[in-house]
Amino acid sequence: MVTSTIGSSIRRREDPRLITGNATYVDDVRPPGVLHLAIVRSPHAHATIENVDVTAAANMPGVVAAFTGADIQEQLGSLPAGWVLPDMKMPNHPPIAFERVRYVGDAVAVVVADSPQAAADAVSSVEVEYGELDAIVDAEQATKDGAPQLHDDAPNNLAFEWEVGGGDYDAAAGEAEVVVKQRMINQRLIPNPIEERGVVADYNRATNQITLWTSTQIPHLVRLLFSAVTGHPEQQVRVIAPEVGGGFGCKLYIYAEEVICGVVSKILARPVKWISGRQEGYLATTHGRDHIADVEICGNRDGTITGIKAELYANLGAYLSTFAPGIPTVLFGFTLGGPYRISNVACKVYGVFTNTTPVDAYRGAGRPECTYVIERLVDLFAKEIGRDPVAVRRKNFIPPFRNGYEVSTGVSYDSGNYRAGLNRALEMLDYRGFRADQRQARREGRLIGVGLSSYIEICGIAPSAVAASLGAGAGLWESSTVRVHPTGKIAVYTGTSPHGQGHQTSFMQIASSELGVPIEDVEVFHGDTDKQQMGTGTFGSRSVAVGGTALYMSLQKVIDKAKKIAAHQMGVPPRQVSFENGTFYVEDIRERQMSFGEVVGQAYAATNLPPRMEPGLEAVTFFDPQNFTWPFGTHIAVVEIDPDTGETSVLRYIAVDDVGNVINPMIVDGMVHGGVAQGIGQALQEQAVYSDNGQLLSGSMLDYAVPTAEDIPTFETDRTVTPTNVNPLGVKGAGETGTIACSPAIVNAAVDALSHLGVRHMDMPLTPEKVWRTIRDARAAQTAARRARAAGRTSN
Amino acid sequence: MITSIAAPFSYHAPGSVEEASRLLSRYRGNARLLAGGHSLLPLMKLRLASPEALIDLGRVDGLSGIRESGDGIAVGAMTTYADLTRSDLVAERAPALAEAAAQVADTPVRNAGTIGGSVAHADPAGDLPAVVLALGAQIHARSARASRTIDVDRFFRDFMTTALRPNEVLTEIHFPGEGDGTGSAYTKLANKASHYALVGVAATVTVSDGVCTAARIGVTGAGPHPVRSRRAERILVGKAPSASVIRQAAQRGGVELEGQFNEDVHASAEYRAEMAKVFTGRALESAFARAAG
Repeated sequence: MVTSTIGSSIRRREDPRLITGNATYVDDVRPPGVLHLAIVRSPHAHATIENVDVTAAANMPGVVAAFTGADIQEQLGSLPAGWVLPDMKMPNHPPIAFERVRYVGDAVAVVVADSPQAAADAVSSVEVEYGELDAIVDAEQATKDGAPQLHDDAPNNLAFEWEVGGGDYDAAAGEAEVVVKQRMINQRLIPNPIEERGVVADYNRATNQITLWTSTQIPHLVRLLFSAVTGHPEQQVRVIAPEVGGGFGCKLYIYAEEVICGVVSKILARPVKWISGRQEGYLATTHGRDHIADVEICGNRDGTITGIKAELYANLGAYLSTFAPGIPTVLFGFTLGGPYRISNVACKVYGVFTNTTPVDAYRGAGRPECTYVIERLVDLFAKEIGRDPVAVRRKNFIPPFRNGYEVSTGVSYDSGNYRAGLNRALEMLDYRGFRADQRQARREGRLIGVGLSSYIEICGIAPSAVAASLGAGAGLWESSTVRVHPTGKIAVYTGTSPHGQGHQTSFMQIASSELGVPIEDVEVFHGDTDKQQMGTGTFGSRSVAVGGTALYMSLQKVIDKAKKIAAHQMGVPPRQVSFENGTFYVEDIRERQMSFGEVVGQAYAATNLPPRMEPGLEAVTFFDPQNFTWPFGTHIAVVEIDPDTGETSVLRYIAVDDVGNVINPMIVDGMVHGGVAQGIGQALQEQAVYSDNGQLLSGSMLDYAVPTAEDIPTFETDRTVTPTNVNPLGVKGAGETGTIACSPAIVNAAVDALSHLGVRHMDMPLTPEKVWRTIRDARAAQTAARRARAAGRTSN
Repeated sequence: MITSIAAPFSYHAPGSVEEASRLLSRYRGNARLLAGGHSLLPLMKLRLASPEALIDLGRVDGLSGIRESGDGIAVGAMTTYADLTRSDLVAERAPALAEAAAQVADTPVRNAGTIGGSVAHADPAGDLPAVVLALGAQIHARSARASRTIDVDRFFRDFMTTALRPNEVLTEIHFPGEGDGTGSAYTKLANKASHYALVGVAATVTVSDGVCTAARIGVTGAGPHPVRSRRAERILVGKAPSASVIRQAAQRGGVELEGQFNEDVHASAEYRAEMAKVFTGRALESAFARAAG
């Protein structure tokens, strides 16, 4: 008897190899005769390429070849955007620039040598003559007349203008008792997976097969896009994502280096390896966020919110990365009403090219930016009308629903119970007790504050038809194969390829529970396009909701066929056969039963199968859900600010999430913890800083402040469970809740800590200096106001 | 140039200070001494430093360890931060040194990085330079032919520039020790990314019959090189260390750097100037409390 492990925190099957150093990452792949490729990158943010001379480099010891962009531009093609909005400009994006460089880090030449050292030495011998041009790094300024232009076919550096909304915001604002406006900056972030990107390409001249090992979240889409860009036949491209050491969205694209390594391997007929260092990654791997948002909220003094509006300059960087156009638009705008009944929503987005590293998804991808706007605005509104931010949230929540709720932007949330999570989080905090403590602390000169964030997110990406109508360039289904071996062991193949999420464990739990076999009898395979031929990938908290469901459906197909075999063997009609805990039995006649293993044996013996049934026991499923999933919850942060230095410490962090049903609570907790840590990083300390001429000033971990254990508190987590009806597992997705919810909770808490000084907003990151200045200026303003009042009294 | 691979260099592992000094002379300023390597090697991997040769001090006997020296202690140049945090002698006679060493970077760095490397490298945001200034250390250096002692007040000359001669090896640092009535402390505002000091302040004070008889304050991170904050010290000496006297002294913390405060993506000059005052106050409060205890 095997009991279901769904809902059990069983330990991750992938961990022993990861923590003992026995896992294989891209850099561990060493085909015989592998060459090492290094990339010459532009030190200028914007320049014409006058001349590139690789002769000296090519003659250095150990160097096998060197190529300029012009040398191989035909083979390299142009990197496309995979998300196409109406009237969007899609300028050429050559993997190696040959006319003009548009950001610091743009590739201009490559050298290939027999060791990484020889390749690194040769890079400094490549001579490049640049004609420097004015650069622009600010997305709003870039749209102004007279700003430096990046692409001839994108006037005013505009890639697109995009709108979504519902109701009539302007009318609502006109009628509202209160309108609050604020400019909010959602700063640029640099993703920091522990493993930087890397590629090994191995072209086999005899078979015309290219194998690409790449640290990616989307091996199947890399295969598709590599083939589309280079023209190499897709069926002769094999992409392997071996162990992937984190991604957070930044490994979700076709990258120049994947194309370059594949093409160079093909030219040289030798395996070629490129491994990014951290600083190279900071320039050449996508960044995240970077919005300038002018936002408004309107409503009445009774606490009713009637409208919300956002006008957004989204910095896209120098070129369109694969998913970039979808992030600040679809994944930002549709949930601008959050978990609230807001009838009038208006969102306008300008997607802007600048001389910076391309920007694309970073954990949460549009939804953290959106949640930040909503939850900061709700607090600003509450402050303006003098009501408690908890009461304002409660008053405006959409009431609990189980079967869909259409919001004013036109999308339909699946299921929700927003009050439950808020109530649980407040109970964990003891909200009233906290407010009393806060009053006492203020009397002692301490600055403590509490911040809430009630969020909704779009996950389980997604329904292909909907996504396509919004610009997605590929179907976003997921695929699975379940192959039962004659010995009864189960091989599960999934097209969603993880980068730390523990698919091997969660998917194993689903398979063993459905088939009633021990977890040891199941192995899960992913990340190799020659094993699981079709797939989409891991992003948008979709893996279990879409890929797990695809697996569930394949398992049902296997069970269904096995049931027919069992019925035939037992001489009853299939409808009389039930399957439970790994046993097929005839209803009412319990002694007539067959074990799963016996049925599998019959499937392969093929001596006594039902008429016309094929032997074997395996199934393939492509699952495409009818809707996204919509996880939600409430997070609460308590912070203390040092009045002398402006340092902000997180004293408590409470996360109550509703991700629907949960396969493995430990894995979900881990994802919440990691996501919240990243949210704290954005709220308090991380920021990519460019100089006006496009130099990345925060170009290494010495200057880019990733949070460490000392920066984050002990997390207090809980969950409410509101299953989705979008998939039979009832799961919603849990990979991004932490980052989506966290940053506004922290900023709301910090603003609350300073609210008695008259502070109403601070932009992230809340660096000590920024907070110190805010306190100083607020105190100065209070003093000035007191003096003015005193002077007024005197003159009276 | 974006790389994480150092340019080629030759490597020497001399067995004595004299041999190391001769190698320094031979390379005429194009060689660097290798101690813990946690400042130098990152620079080399970025090719911000490309010395012709590295002279590894790891095989030179007698450069490591902490011993008594009169009332004070002598600390070998190759003594690691971790050694400093674990030493009873340091805890007793130069507690601010242990306090600072414990705040350097993270465990792997503390296990490899050395006091001599930190002081000789003279990173403007290094932690230990402030402490050696505040503790009034004597720095011992040797070349192939001679040895000498440099008073710490004459040691830090400019941005990453010390009084060491090109062929000299920093061998040992002597600390005077803290008698009754003396207390020291180090406190810093850490850069969240690098954990270097945005501003770090070390203070040593001596109190006799309720009056402050001596004070030394070292400030790091705020300017181009670590400095004594003498104007703050002068406020203290000869007065009872009341809260208001400490506040007055703190208001002069780091004012010597006026016009040369660092300014970068992490903090403005104005903020560093203000934090030099705040952390001078905090270091003094802690040092006076220890002096009293």
